[in-house]
Amino acid sequence: MEHITKIEGDASIAVKVENDKVTDVKFQTVEYKRFFTEAMKGKALMAIPAHLARICGTCSNAHIMAAIEACEDALDITPSEQTDVLRALTMHGLTVRDHALHLYLFSLPDVYGKDAFLDLDENIPEEHQILHDGFEIKAAGNFLATLVAGRSVHAQYPTIGGFLHFPDKAGIDEAVAKLAAVRPAALRLIKIFQDQPFHFDRKMHFQALIPDGNFGYIKGSIRTSRGEVFPEKEYRNLLEHVVLPYSQASAYQYKGESYFVGSLARLNIAKDKLHPKTKESIPDTLALFPSTDVFHNNLAQAVEILHSIDEAIELLTTRTFVHEPLIKKPARDAVGIGVVEAPRGTLYHKIVLSADGTIKEGEVIVPTGQNQINIEQDVGKLVENLIAGGMEKEKMPMEMEKLIRAYDPCMSCAAHFLKVKWA
Amino acid sequence: MEPNNKKIAIGWFSFSCCEDSTIVFTELMNDHWQEWKHIFDFRHVKVLKTHNIMDAFDIAFIEGAIASPEHVEKLKHIRSISKKLVAIGACAVTGGPSAQRNNFNDEQKANIAFLVERFGALPEVLKVSDVVTVDASVPGCPMNTDIFLKAVTALIAEFRPDLATPPVSN
Repeated sequence: MEHITKIEGDASIAVKVENDKVTDVKFQTVEYKRFFTEAMKGKALMAIPAHLARICGTCSNAHIMAAIEACEDALDITPSEQTDVLRALTMHGLTVRDHALHLYLFSLPDVYGKDAFLDLDENIPEEHQILHDGFEIKAAGNFLATLVAGRSVHAQYPTIGGFLHFPDKAGIDEAVAKLAAVRPAALRLIKIFQDQPFHFDRKMHFQALIPDGNFGYIKGSIRTSRGEVFPEKEYRNLLEHVVLPYSQASAYQYKGESYFVGSLARLNIAKDKLHPKTKESIPDTLALFPSTDVFHNNLAQAVEILHSIDEAIELLTTRTFVHEPLIKKPARDAVGIGVVEAPRGTLYHKIVLSADGTIKEGEVIVPTGQNQINIEQDVGKLVENLIAGGMEKEKMPMEMEKLIRAYDPCMSCAAHFLKVKWA
Repeated sequence: MEPNNKKIAIGWFSFSCCEDSTIVFTELMNDHWQEWKHIFDFRHVKVLKTHNIMDAFDIAFIEGAIASPEHVEKLKHIRSISKKLVAIGACAVTGGPSAQRNNFNDEQKANIAFLVERFGALPEVLKVSDVVTVDASVPGCPMNTDIFLKAVTALIAEFRPDLATPPVSN
């Protein structure tokens, strides 16, 4: 195989096999570094969220939320309650749109044995329904993000200290109608990924930012599958940096072992915090968690789509939104930390602010870097299993692709196609 | 003249960038997929499919800036097999933000020099028109959807006049 497709960004994988044993796997980001953290130095604080958003298109609104949180932490700003709600809604729009892109356009063709989502047959009722479901769910998420945040990519309304624009009644009503209309499609999606035939079970550790209250993506403490709880500010104790000379990205482990971040981690740790309506609708699905099956990350993403629909509808229908001025505070010498759950896992931003309002330095740690070592270990194990099962080498890359896609890696944050090198 | 009922062969290629315009393209598909499915042969669009074919394109869409000698060679090859080439988004059209290292001060350049060298990147990041002839540009970060749809409508009219519709702006 030459390339892996249908992931975010550009990657390659090198697998070394000796006597039917895998001796080395290198999952490489081959995208060229764009030096966002170096470019932060000397920039004005106000420019940082829009700057860091450009790290990644599909995750951009998660980068904006993490960067705003880091900047507000440095300035000692506590956002208003309404701002918290609008930020939560921004993340629900992102989660619905991004998970739908991954599940329908990237992963679902594997389930149906197709090359592309658009290859589904409109003349077959089931496939016709899925085609329309996919684009309608994506559109509903896109509409919500656009209403609340201005755009679903590189949003303009969220900023340090609040929002620059507020949703109007007509827009809210339309968003609620669109979200309610795609709820049955989300339930159909959950069924597809619950019934799909792929499984890869492995012992694994998890980490996720978990809220004290309802299931969400912005606030809370970092919890691990070992039962530990860390406040956001102690994040550095959780991440052991591993330099991979062959990759343009960084990898991380914790206590000398790899771990998993993403939807599966969130659901494994906090499924009890999901929206009551979500829990009521899919008890059998939720009984499958906690799970150590990597392919259940797809199912977990489908569940999160339903949760984000239910939660967003509740937020939009139970409160009003009024114009609020931005909260402003003077710059000071301080460090700011921002942690959010991006669709594909925990995202960390750190900024070091000067009293003159410029940035001394910063750090960004993305989910795919944290999943890197897990992915390499799993591809190695998978290839050994396939060799033992007698599969021809030519068919293996497709199996590797399916497994890697289940991790929903983002190589823009860390690629667009994957090249397998055999050695 | 080629037969007029042939689908328009398109390629979509991402170089050094955040792929925001790819995402916006997939969002535009929410409204346009049924129409585009019948007009376009998605010949090489890696975000959509696994079996991509690199032979000849009516339209090549190029997203991102050009950061390495391999990028230069790939872009020149795409140009040589494409009738029209469209630069998509700020990094392709102007180089930035992916070209931000071109404007680093001496200290910043010194900090990143070993990484630029280790991965064999170009000394300066280039915009698409630095390397090949560009037929149309869609600026914006991410790309401006109105300009993109107008460009697509104009190209459809050129390749398939029988399908041409008046320009729309949403």
